[in-house]
Amino acid sequence: MIEIDGVHKSFGALHVLRGVSLKVGPGEVAVVLGPSGSGKSTLLRTVNHLEKVDAGTVAVDGELVGYRRSGDVLHELPEREILRQRTKIGFVFQNFNLFPHLTVRENVAEAPLSAQRRPKAEVAETVTRLLLRVGLADKADAYPGTLSGGQRQRVAIARALALDPKVVLFDEPTSALDPELVGEVLDVMRDLARSGTTMVVVTHEIGFAREAADTVVFLDEGRVVEQGPPGQVIDHPQHERTRAFISRVL
Amino acid sequence: MTTTAPAVRHATGPKVAPTRHPFRWLAAAGVLLLLAMAANSLVTNPAWEWEVVGQYLFAPSVLRAVLLTLELTALGTVFGFLLGGVLAVMRLSPNPLLSSVAWGYVWVFRAVPLILQLLFWYNLALLYPRLSFGIPFGPSFFSVGTMDLIGPVTAAALGLALHQAAYAAEIVRGGLLAVDPGQREAAAALGIPRVRRFFRIILPQAMRSIVPNAGNEIIGLVKGTSVVYIMALPELFYQVQVIYMRNGRVVALLLVAAVWYLALTTVMSVVQHYIERHYGRGRS
Repeated sequence: MIEIDGVHKSFGALHVLRGVSLKVGPGEVAVVLGPSGSGKSTLLRTVNHLEKVDAGTVAVDGELVGYRRSGDVLHELPEREILRQRTKIGFVFQNFNLFPHLTVRENVAEAPLSAQRRPKAEVAETVTRLLLRVGLADKADAYPGTLSGGQRQRVAIARALALDPKVVLFDEPTSALDPELVGEVLDVMRDLARSGTTMVVVTHEIGFAREAADTVVFLDEGRVVEQGPPGQVIDHPQHERTRAFISRVL
Repeated sequence: MTTTAPAVRHATGPKVAPTRHPFRWLAAAGVLLLLAMAANSLVTNPAWEWEVVGQYLFAPSVLRAVLLTLELTALGTVFGFLLGGVLAVMRLSPNPLLSSVAWGYVWVFRAVPLILQLLFWYNLALLYPRLSFGIPFGPSFFSVGTMDLIGPVTAAALGLALHQAAYAAEIVRGGLLAVDPGQREAAAALGIPRVRRFFRIILPQAMRSIVPNAGNEIIGLVKGTSVVYIMALPELFYQVQVIYMRNGRVVALLLVAAVWYLALTTVMSVVQHYIERHYGRGRS
């Protein structure tokens, strides 16, 4: 479902991604671990073209993201095409980034209405169903400012799901939360993972990785150091750097 | 605090005595005295000529002048903020030419005094006696005399709008920059089209910081319109001057103008309060 192939990305002199390749099959959950500055978030942001890659390719659902290939040259797609591709890729931010001037219902309904131009009645139904799913049916008319961090992140997840995306990307979804609110967000994510949503999750929650991940990827200094099932990468890491990182965060 | 009183009654420890503020009472007494003196002089000094103020406050010529003042303010505000909005977006554009042109506009129009600019537009005919419309550097389809196209009201509205646009551009730009970049990113990640992103997501949030500053500017503009008296346009300030030059009741007629300016800005402050409340929704 997601195919990342030899991706490089630099910010000025800083070489953040140094040839990362990764495959995530349909319905699979990949958890990306790594120390801060290892390029985890940047990698995730290349998948929906929030960051342009310097080299390499990213494909989602068999379609190159952000570029059109002609021979050996990649041409950036027009904005309209990139926006269309993004509606197939849900993205959940560390800081939620809910729209503070819109109600919970309006937040979730905005993209299906304006980006996908789906009929109002159908969108209203989708919104109700999703808010029920993340346990916030009673907060539909509240503004994000009145919700707790955990509730906000659940709204953000509902907002990402409202596009009915092929994959959902999570960028440290619990890092900005008070410790007692982490559980409710992870519960929603576990439920998604069980229901067969293709997910890539950047997180420090080793427990979540162990339970929900099909693949755990350990990234360090812009390279994939090790990847495999959680039982292998978390419990029996092969590389010294993976071992050191796991022992620090456990 | 009355709410803490029961708790104090039930407490067993020592009682908390309220702090005394003798200097607050002293300062309040001083201010009251000054206010009373001012009010007394306003009422008792016959030179204020309140009956003349009353006589001219709703005189037809004064009301017409108030309407022209409002009209100039409205034109200056609408066109000033439309152009200002475009300039702000240009200034934030990654295109270096657009951004420099916007910068240059703000630079020039903030540097030139409004009164000088107004006289310049008023005298545009000296520079270009005729204006032609057609293909740039190509044939002209029709032309009109500058004097016919740009009369005093047009020149005044043009000058006020162009002047206001320079300040509006900076206010709008500041408002757009104050929106969390995460908002843009989230909207882009959701695939929301660019124009919709601007008008539905970014601008309403920018309005929170634009409105208070814009309110300031528009209230400034109400009074700024008095500068166009230089073009002999019968707005409020010019009109009261015309009247007092005829009858010599200088103070009373200046008061008429002051009362109207006060009334206009009061209405605007109230409107501003409601607009701010609208854009503040969702925030406590």
